[in-house]
Amino acid sequence: MNLLSIFVLIPLLMMLGLWISRNLAQVRTVMVVGASALLISAITLTVCYLQARSAGATEEMLFRADIIWYAPLNIAYSVGVDGISVAMLLLSGIIVFTGTFASWRLKPLTKEYFLWFTLLSAGVFGFFISIDMFTMYLFYEVALIPMYLLIGVWGSGRKEYAAMKLTLMLMGASAILLCGILGIYFCSGATSMNILNIAHAHNIAVSQQLIWFPMTFVGFGVLGALFPFHTWSPDGHASAPTAVSMLHAGVLMKLGGYGCFRIAMFLMPQAANQLGWIFLILTTISVVYGALSACVQTDLKYINAYSSVSHCGLVLFAILMINQTATTGAILQMLSHGLMTALFFALIGMIYGRTHTRDTRELSGLMRIMPFLGVGYVIAGLANLGLPGFSGFIAEMTIFVGSFQHFDTFHRTITIIACTSIVITAVYILRLVGKILYGVCTNEHHLKLTDATWDERVAVIVLIVCVAGLGMAPLWISNMISNSVVPIVSNLTLMH
Amino acid sequence: MEITIFIILLPLLSFVFLGLAGKWLSHRAAGLFGTAVLGVVTILSYYTAYTYFTAPRLADGTFATLVPYNFQWLPLFLGAMKFNLGVLLDPISVMMLIVISTVSLMVHIYSFGYMHGERGFQRYYAFLSLFTMSMLGLVVATNIFQMYLFWELVGVSSYLLIGFYFTKAPAVAASKKAFIVTRFADLGFLIGILIYGFYVGTFDFVGPNTSAAVGGAKMIPLALGLMFIGGAGKSAMFPLHIWLPDAMEGPTPVSALIHAATMVVAGVYLVARMFPLFIAFAPNVLHIVAYVAAFTAFYAAAVAIAQTDIKRVLAFSTISQIGFMLVALGVCTSVEPEAGGLGYMAAMFHLFTHAMFKACLFLCAGCIIEQVHSNEMEMMGGMRKYMPITHIAFLFSCLAISGIPPFSGFFSKDEILSACFAFNPIMGWIMTAIAAMTAFYMFRLYYGIFWGKENIEHHTAHKPHEAPATMTIPLIILSVITFFFGWTVSFGHFISPNGKSFDSHLETSVAITSVVIAVLSILIARTMYRNEKQVLADSLQKRFKGLWTAAHHRFYIDEVYQFVTHRIIFGCVSRPIAWFDRHVVDGFFNFLAWSTNALSYQIRGFQSGEIQQYTYVFLIGTLLLILLLIL
Amino acid sequence: MISIICYLIVSTIMLCAGIYGFFTRHNLLAMLISVELMLNATDINFAVFNRLLYPNGQEGYFFALFSIAISAAETAIAIAIMINIYRNIRSIQVDKINKMKW
Repeated sequence: MNLLSIFVLIPLLMMLGLWISRNLAQVRTVMVVGASALLISAITLTVCYLQARSAGATEEMLFRADIIWYAPLNIAYSVGVDGISVAMLLLSGIIVFTGTFASWRLKPLTKEYFLWFTLLSAGVFGFFISIDMFTMYLFYEVALIPMYLLIGVWGSGRKEYAAMKLTLMLMGASAILLCGILGIYFCSGATSMNILNIAHAHNIAVSQQLIWFPMTFVGFGVLGALFPFHTWSPDGHASAPTAVSMLHAGVLMKLGGYGCFRIAMFLMPQAANQLGWIFLILTTISVVYGALSACVQTDLKYINAYSSVSHCGLVLFAILMINQTATTGAILQMLSHGLMTALFFALIGMIYGRTHTRDTRELSGLMRIMPFLGVGYVIAGLANLGLPGFSGFIAEMTIFVGSFQHFDTFHRTITIIACTSIVITAVYILRLVGKILYGVCTNEHHLKLTDATWDERVAVIVLIVCVAGLGMAPLWISNMISNSVVPIVSNLTLMH
Repeated sequence: MEITIFIILLPLLSFVFLGLAGKWLSHRAAGLFGTAVLGVVTILSYYTAYTYFTAPRLADGTFATLVPYNFQWLPLFLGAMKFNLGVLLDPISVMMLIVISTVSLMVHIYSFGYMHGERGFQRYYAFLSLFTMSMLGLVVATNIFQMYLFWELVGVSSYLLIGFYFTKAPAVAASKKAFIVTRFADLGFLIGILIYGFYVGTFDFVGPNTSAAVGGAKMIPLALGLMFIGGAGKSAMFPLHIWLPDAMEGPTPVSALIHAATMVVAGVYLVARMFPLFIAFAPNVLHIVAYVAAFTAFYAAAVAIAQTDIKRVLAFSTISQIGFMLVALGVCTSVEPEAGGLGYMAAMFHLFTHAMFKACLFLCAGCIIEQVHSNEMEMMGGMRKYMPITHIAFLFSCLAISGIPPFSGFFSKDEILSACFAFNPIMGWIMTAIAAMTAFYMFRLYYGIFWGKENIEHHTAHKPHEAPATMTIPLIILSVITFFFGWTVSFGHFISPNGKSFDSHLETSVAITSVVIAVLSILIARTMYRNEKQVLADSLQKRFKGLWTAAHHRFYIDEVYQFVTHRIIFGCVSRPIAWFDRHVVDGFFNFLAWSTNALSYQIRGFQSGEIQQYTYVFLIGTLLLILLLIL
Repeated sequence: MISIICYLIVSTIMLCAGIYGFFTRHNLLAMLISVELMLNATDINFAVFNRLLYPNGQEGYFFALFSIAISAAETAIAIAIMINIYRNIRSIQVDKINKMKW
C-alpha cells in the first residue's frame, strides 16, 4: 500500500471509530489516537521524503501511485508528493492535532462535530497528496461541505449567515474552477488529468491559456482570500468554532495558494507571465488593504481574519513574482501563517470561551488573570508582526528579498508597497495586545476567570514550539521546499 | 576567537532558562543566575578584546578583521546574496562588546537592589538577557541582514522592558509607541537593505574598492540613506525621536542600559559600520546625517532645559549626545584621520564615554527616584545630605558630559568639536553652543536635585537615605571609568577610520574655548539654581513663558504625531477602507445573494403546489406533443 | 363477434372519465378512483389488443395482470397516506394540503 494513502485512510478509519463510539471518552480517544497518527505519519513522511531525496531520488514527485477510477475522462486517483506538498501535509497534521485539543471540551453534539471535522481533514489531506486535477477538485469539495455544517451548527454570532456566505462564495469559486479544470483538460488534448503529464506536454495553446488561467486562478484565489473575493473570510472566521477557524485559516486557505501555484501557474506558464501583473496588483491591494482594515476592527476574530487576508495576500503576491526565492518564501509563508493564525484562533477561542465576548472594547488586563494565555497571545502577536526567531520573519524576508530581485521596476515598486504592511501589522497587533492584555482589568466578572486547562496548553505549546522552531532553524525546510519549487519555476521562466 | 560564540549563546540560554523556568525560581536565584551568566559574558568580552587588540597588526598597520563563525541561516538561493549568521570581530565591534557587556553587567547588579521584591523579577532578568543577547548579536553582525535581525530583536526587548509594568497605562502606551515608531523607521532600513542587496549583489559589508560596491555605486547613496532612516529611528533623531522620552516609563536600570548606553547608539554604530561606503559613494548623504543630527542635538538640548522630570532631562540629553556622535560621523570627508576622518574616531570615542557616564547618570537617577518616589525635580532638592555616594557619582558624570577635564567626556567631546571645526567653522561653533547648553541643563538638573530648594515636607515623609551596596557599587565603578578612561587610554590607537593607529592630540584652541564656555554655563546654572530662592530662573521663565511652555511640551511634536496617526491614518484611511470593505465589496456579494433570492421569489409562483394545475399543464403538453408528432 | 371498436370506445370513455374526474374532484379519494379508472381503461386495451389482434401471444394479458397488481399496491399506499393525512389535518381535500410547501 502506498504511504500517502494513509493520510486519507486514517481519517476514514477515525470516522468509522467515531461512528461506533458510544460516549465522550471514546470519541476523545478516537480523535487523539487518529490525530496523533496523522501527525506521526506526516513527520514520518517528511523524514522518508528527505531520505529519499538525499539518497538521490530525482523525480519531481515521490511515492507515486495511480489507480484509474473513471476511464472515459481519464480520471485517476494519482498521488505523489514533492517538498511543497510534504510541507503542507506537515502543517495539516500539526493543525489537526492541535485543533483536536482546542475543541476538547466542545459541546453539544461532540461526536457529530468531530465526524465532520475529520471529514474536513480527510478532504484537506487528500487535496495535498493528489496530483490528478479532478481528484484534487473532489477532495477540495469534500473539505468544503463540512465547513457549512461546522459553522452553521457549532458556530457563534451570525452563524447561519456566515456559513451560507462562506459556502456559497467558495462553491461559486469552485464552479469557476471546475470550468477552468475542464478547459485545461480538453485544451491539453483530453488525454490525462494528471498535472505532471499536462505540464510536460506543453500543449495548451496560449490563446486558450488566456481564457483558462484567470478562471483557475480566481477559482483558487477566492479560497486564498484574493481581493475583492475575500469577504467570506472575516465573517466565516468570526462565526466558526475555534478548531474550525484554525483548520480553515491554517490549512484550507492554503489550498488556494497551493492550487494557484500547482495548477494555474504550473500548467499555464505563458498566461501566468502575461496576466500576472493584474493579479499582482490585486494581491498588493490585499496585503495593504487587509492590514489597514484590521487596524480599526473591534472583534478579535475580525482583526485576525483581516490579518489573514493580508498575510495570504502575500502568498499569492510572492508566487506571482515567478522566481525561486519568492516562491519558496510563499510556501514558507503558507506554513508560517498557518501555524501562527491557528495559534491566534486557538487563543482567541480560549479567551472567548471564558469571557464570552470578543469585543476589544470590553476586554482589558487579561494578562494578570490568565497569564498563560496572555503570554501565548503576545508570542502569537510578535510572531505575526514578523519578529526574528519566529516563522513570520523568515517567510516575509524570503518573500521580500526574492520579489525585489525582479528585473522589472514595477515589481520592485509593489514589493516596497507590500513591505509597508509589516509596519501596519505592528500597529494593529500592538494596539490589540496593549488593549486586551495589558492595563488593569476593569470588568469584575473577568477577575474570577481561570487560566488555560491542560488540553488547551497542549495545543498552544505545540503551536508555539512549531512557530519558533521554524523561525529559528529554517534551513532544512527552506531547502526542501526550494528544491521542489525549481521545476515549477523553471517551467514558468522558460515559457516567458 | 572561537570562544566569541558563547558571548551570544550564553545570554540566549539565560533568557530561555529564565523565561521558561522563572516561575519556579526564587527572585534571588533568578537574579543570581542572570548576573552570573552575564559576568561570564563580560569576562569573555574582555578576554576577546584583550586578545584581539594585543594580537600583532597586519602589514598595513590595521587590526585583522576576524570572522570566526559565519554559517548560512536562511537560504535565499541567490548566489552571493546570503542570509548568514556569524561573528565578525573588528575594532568597533570589539569595542561595542566591551561597552555592552560592561554596562549590562552593571545594570544586572544594580537591578538586584532596584527591582528588589518587584513582581515579575524573573521575567525582568529574562528580558535583560534577551536584550543583551540581541545587542551583542547586532554589533558582531557579519552582514547587514543579520544586523537587521538583531535590530528587530533589540526593538522587541526594548518594547518588553519599557512595558515591564504592564498594568500601568503610560508604560503600555510608551512601549507601543517605541515599537511602532522604530518599526516604521525599520521599514526604511529594510528597503535600504533590499536596494543594497539588489544593486551590490550581496548583504555583506563590502569594501569601497570591491567590484560589487563599484557595480552598485549608483544606488548605494539611496540605500545608505534609507538605512540611516532605520538608524535615525533607533537613535531617536528628529523627527523620529518621540518615543525615547516616553520610554522612560520603563524601570530606570532599563533606561540606563537600553535607552542611554547601548540600543540607542545602534544608529551610530550602523553609520560607523557603513562608513567606508558612505565616504566612498555617498558623502552628501553623510553630511545630511550631520545636519539632521546637529538639529536634533540642538532641539533636544533646548527641550531638556525646560523639563522637570529628571529622567526626561536625561532622555533629551541622550538624544542630544547621540546627535553629537552622528554629527561627528557626518562631518567626515575621508578615511584618513588626519585629513577629515577624525570624526569617526571621535564618534566612537564619545559613544564609549557617553555609555559609561550616561549609564551612571541614569543609575544615580534610579537611586534618587527610589528614595523620593517621584521623578519630579520639585520633590527633590538638597539630596546631597542624604545620598553622598550618589551625589559624587552624579557630579562626576555631569562634569564628564559637560566636557570638563580630566573627565572622559572632555576628551571625546573635544575630538568631536575639532572634527566639526575642521569640516566647517560654523558647524564647529554651533556644536560648541550646544555643548554649552548641555553643560547648562545638566547642572540645572544637578543643582535642582542635590542643592536648591529642599522639599522638606516630602523628605520627612519618605526619609531618603543612601541606596544599598548592590546599587552603589555600579555607580562607583562607572564613575571610576568616567574619571580615568579619557586620559589613560589612547583611543585612536585602537579605533580609527582607516584602521591604522594614530595619536589623537588635543586641539588647544578648541579645548580651551569649549572648557571656558562649559565652565561659564555651569556658573550660570549655579547662580540660577543653586540657592533656595531662584529669582533669576523664575523671572526668566516668566518672561519667556511661551517659549518655555512650548519647550516643556517638546514643541508639540507628539501632538502632531498623534494627529497624523489617529486622525489621518485611522480616521481617513483605515476607517474608510473598513467601511468600503463591509459595504461595497461585501455589499456586492450580499447584493448577488439578495438578487438571486428576489428572482427566486418571482418565479416560485409557477410552482403553485396545486396538483390539478400541474395535470392540466401535463395534459396540454402531452396533447401538443401528440399533435406535433402527428403533423 | 363484437368489433374491436366497441371495446376501444368503452376504454376511451373510461379514460376520459378518469381524466375529467382527476381534474375536477378535489377529494383525494375521488382522485384516486379517477386514477384507477384510467389504469383500468389501459388494462382493457391491453387485453383487447392481445385477444383480437395477436391471439398467439400472452404478453397483453400478463401486462394487464401486472398493472392490476401494481394498482392494488399503489391504492393500498395511497389510502394509507390519505388516512395519515386525515388524522393530521382532518381533511383529505387536496387544496388543504399545503404543509409541505414550507
